[in-house]
Amino acid sequence: MKQDMVDRIKNDPDFLQLTRVRSKFAWTLTIVMLVIYFGFVLVIAFDPALLGTPLSEGSVTTVGIPVGVGVILSAFILTGIYVRRANTEFDELTAKIKAKAKGE
Amino acid sequence: MKTLLLVLLTSFAAFAGEALTGEVEKQALNMSAIIMFLIFVGATLGITYWAAKRTKTAKDFYTAGGGITGFQNGMAIAGDYMSAASFLGISALVYAKGYDGLIYSIGFLVGWPIILFMVAEQLRNLGKYTFADVASYRLRQTPIRTLAAFGSILTVVLYLIAQMVGAGKLIQLLFGLDYEIAVILVGVLMILYVTFGGMLATTWVQIIKAFLLLSGATFMAIAVMAHYDFNFETLFATAVQMKETTSIMAPGGLVSDPISAISLGIALMFGTAGLPHILMRFFTVSDAKEARKSVFYATGFIGYFYILTFIIGFGAIVMVFQNPQYLDLAKQAVDGGAPILGGDNMAAIHLSHAVGGDFFLGFISAVAFATILAVVSGLTLAGASAISHDLYASVIRKGKADGMMEMKVSKVSTVILGIVAIYLGIAFEDQNIAFMVGLAFAIAASANFPILFLSMYWSKLTTRGALLGGSLGLLTAAVLVVLGPTVWVDVLKNAEAIFPYKYPALFSVSAAFIGIWFFSITDKSDNAAKEKEAYEAQYIRSQTGIGAEGAVEH
Repeated sequence: MKQDMVDRIKNDPDFLQLTRVRSKFAWTLTIVMLVIYFGFVLVIAFDPALLGTPLSEGSVTTVGIPVGVGVILSAFILTGIYVRRANTEFDELTAKIKAKAKGE
Repeated sequence: MKTLLLVLLTSFAAFAGEALTGEVEKQALNMSAIIMFLIFVGATLGITYWAAKRTKTAKDFYTAGGGITGFQNGMAIAGDYMSAASFLGISALVYAKGYDGLIYSIGFLVGWPIILFMVAEQLRNLGKYTFADVASYRLRQTPIRTLAAFGSILTVVLYLIAQMVGAGKLIQLLFGLDYEIAVILVGVLMILYVTFGGMLATTWVQIIKAFLLLSGATFMAIAVMAHYDFNFETLFATAVQMKETTSIMAPGGLVSDPISAISLGIALMFGTAGLPHILMRFFTVSDAKEARKSVFYATGFIGYFYILTFIIGFGAIVMVFQNPQYLDLAKQAVDGGAPILGGDNMAAIHLSHAVGGDFFLGFISAVAFATILAVVSGLTLAGASAISHDLYASVIRKGKADGMMEMKVSKVSTVILGIVAIYLGIAFEDQNIAFMVGLAFAIAASANFPILFLSMYWSKLTTRGALLGGSLGLLTAAVLVVLGPTVWVDVLKNAEAIFPYKYPALFSVSAAFIGIWFFSITDKSDNAAKEKEAYEAQYIRSQTGIGAEGAVEH
């Protein structure tokens, strides 16, 4: 990439918008995932009995089952949320940046 | 029926799913399994022939021409991750410990969203064939490529040994073939797939296998649930009755102290993001959009697979445990309890017989074999690429290698790696190899991942920092694994471990990040200044894909 193109893109408001919004979004989702997973792991380490509580009076199924499956689903849902926004909003912005970079 | 013994890794529960060790005795020849396996081999060799005709350039060889769709790649990534050992190992862990099996599988899944948010599209935008392309993008090629290639090859070889030994034992168990013959057969088929069909054949073998494995596992889970009117409470209640304990419904002893828990989590998360055979898959898709979709589908398939193995493990408790048909009477006479034929790792296999008879048992056995083949092929391709693309083309020939020659080198490397894998597979037959996958993940997390991650996100990274910090991470991981309980006590038979934790990742990953940071900020060379300047252009390409390899211009 030539230096003038680098300078042009780096000052492009669309590029600034893209990187700012996307990195905030990506970090937020990363933190959500880390909190969910390490929260789960720390509950196991510090208070394993909590997950062994029956779901309702007299049931064999414990709280841990829906929580565990929930962690799995959350991973899938979070990727879905990211991909949906990235493949529309972020890709549109990227296309605009690319067109401008090529056009001038 | 013969007595089968498969003593399994009880001391190393967390990575149990990835390596099969211990003694096994040969099973009687299983004809229906062999016939179905031969059909699979025939079909995949056909695919290899088809792929060989389409594999003409180095780009074809390493990245299947870059034309794999997000869905296909997601399936292939999931296939890489769902090894035979993880299918049998996780269901065995659920069968033996219940809820702990679920905890363990979750650790393997949660790295995927992080890969998506942080590295997937950046990898696609910056790289060409290997993750070292990205790590060394603006740094000095020779040292960084060498370190990255070394990290890749080490990870791949450790993983390969674990898979080969597991393969030999499993095939012995399922098909009644000799251990050596089984290992050689796996090695030869894998060499054929990779040398002739390259990434295209490797990807499709992986996709087909992932489809077969998911279908088989789905059928088993549905068959189990149908017995209990699709009511989980009834399934769990029956399982608790059979085991005569409610402990299977709550966390047990898998992770005991917070340090181990966090360290294991870090190893699994960052290790996944540093596995060369997985990272390489991001170069097989056309652009960032498809790279993102790959992870979305892969996460879905892998998560679904882990939910299935959880149901299968409980299914095995209710339908295999204490079922006289699968009881190992000889072992019971000695040890008491209710051991099953072949050990806990056979829980899913016996369940396939319980729900679908001999035919379905044959199918699941053949799928398990196919799974091993597909996984070792992907690993070998990644290892061969590190040798040919990173070491030969970039370090030795300084980037001036001719594409045809580079491809030749990678094919020769594949054959050599295949032979090495066969040799090591046989050499390690009776060794305790439980630590190997753990070590592979620790190295991937401590050397490969920090360099890759910081090269993308930290403008002040310099060659010196990456080289010294990355090496520090690698060494710390290796030394702490050797001094820890899994090698120092279990392999070297010392009474007490010098380093108390099984998983070194918390310490070795920190060492890598701190090392890279320290040796970068204190690097005042001219070269370092240039590297920092080059970050801007790299950042723009990583964010937008402008100038990316394989981007099709319309």
